[in-house]
Amino acid sequence: MRNILVFIIRYHFLLLFLLLESFSITLLVNSTYYQSSAILKAGSRVTGRFYTSISNATEYFKLHTTNEHLAQENALLRQMKGVSFLRNDTASFWVNDTLYKQQYKYIVAKVVLNTVGKRNNYIMLDKGSRSGIQKDMAVITSKGIVGTVVNVSENFSWVMSMLNKHTRISGKILKNGQMGTIVWNGVDHLYGTLTDIPAHVKITRGDTIVSSGFSYIFPAGIMIGTITDYRVEQGEHFYTIPFKFSVDFNALQYVYVVRNLMKEEQESLEKSTERLKDE
Amino acid sequence: MNRLVFINIIRFVVLVLIQVLIMDKINFYGFLNPYVYLLFILLLPFETPGWVLLLLSFALGLTVDLFSGTLGLHAASSVFAGFMRPFIIKLVGEKPEYDITTQPKLQQMGLKWFIAYALLMIFAHQLFLNMLDVFSFDEFWQTMLRVIISSLFTFLFIMLFEYIFAPRKEKK
Repeated sequence: MRNILVFIIRYHFLLLFLLLESFSITLLVNSTYYQSSAILKAGSRVTGRFYTSISNATEYFKLHTTNEHLAQENALLRQMKGVSFLRNDTASFWVNDTLYKQQYKYIVAKVVLNTVGKRNNYIMLDKGSRSGIQKDMAVITSKGIVGTVVNVSENFSWVMSMLNKHTRISGKILKNGQMGTIVWNGVDHLYGTLTDIPAHVKITRGDTIVSSGFSYIFPAGIMIGTITDYRVEQGEHFYTIPFKFSVDFNALQYVYVVRNLMKEEQESLEKSTERLKDE
Repeated sequence: MNRLVFINIIRFVVLVLIQVLIMDKINFYGFLNPYVYLLFILLLPFETPGWVLLLLSFALGLTVDLFSGTLGLHAASSVFAGFMRPFIIKLVGEKPEYDITTQPKLQQMGLKWFIAYALLMIFAHQLFLNMLDVFSFDEFWQTMLRVIISSLFTFLFIMLFEYIFAPRKEKK
């Protein structure tokens, strides 16, 4: 026993270093586990308030662009409204027809913290579980996809930006419906990469990439970006397609958090299907 | 002694604020991330016991983490920097023994000593941080470029702070 104590006292610097280091790395690696998210949640009570007051002070400088975006979006929505369409049939049409059932709801939130310069970027929003935000919800703007919610506290939430090493979003080329995976290589916040598109497909610069809708998170057909270039790396059977994000990540202000009302139904269906396979 | 503790608390708060409010917004194609909060670890007195050094480094890193949503990343790298500090000080030369008040500062230890000390510390911190963040050797050269550019800019900012906040009487 005495020897152990002597050992600990003698090497306390190294031992404490190893202890703190392994604790930190555990937090980092298991960021989805309960302990880490609980610490982040407790911390965001303070940091969230801090960032909210900073952003309240600075948002006046950006009012001009915010107004412009809102006006553009209003114009777009007005186009979709019933009164903008010419009725060319006489059959009556109800908006609350049972053929239509609402699947997605949108919650407006303000970005209080955002980075674009790191390898893994995160965004903080000023709304949390109290406003109905939950983990794994999609975050979009009128221009396109922004990211996914990874951690929620009562009044704030952390979003994993598309500008992140761990981002894997399923996207498709709008014109020919080819599915691929969106990744970010960590260099430029304006450009992402579409991978897993087979090399025999014909690709044109300027084609639009949208979300595929094959996940329970993102609605289908939300803009992601436009193709700027394409190439097949030597020895590969798939394209590497750099594209320009439709969202300017450096100028995010207000975003929509998307709530999929049928997510539970979809997931339970998938689970029961998998159980069938196992049997 | 109390004055020293007070100065260090102020330094901790100010550096974290500068880091999360100004430095994290600097962006140059994702390659430039100055991490000036390291200056806090650099300027701790020579006499700081090892365990205090490590615990303070951990607290500093964790605070920055909480402000940037990367739990564990900055904690791990600044604990590493704190661990390396005694070895780096041994390498670049220790302080003269007869003087108790000497601190690891530019004005007291000289330009040459401080540059060597700061550069080694910054490089160790940046290397650990970027390697941990990327967590693979796939993008090795890209990561190295990131390390070098960010280290140089961190160094520039730290030198700048040292000159700006230098007390008049010690300048001479």
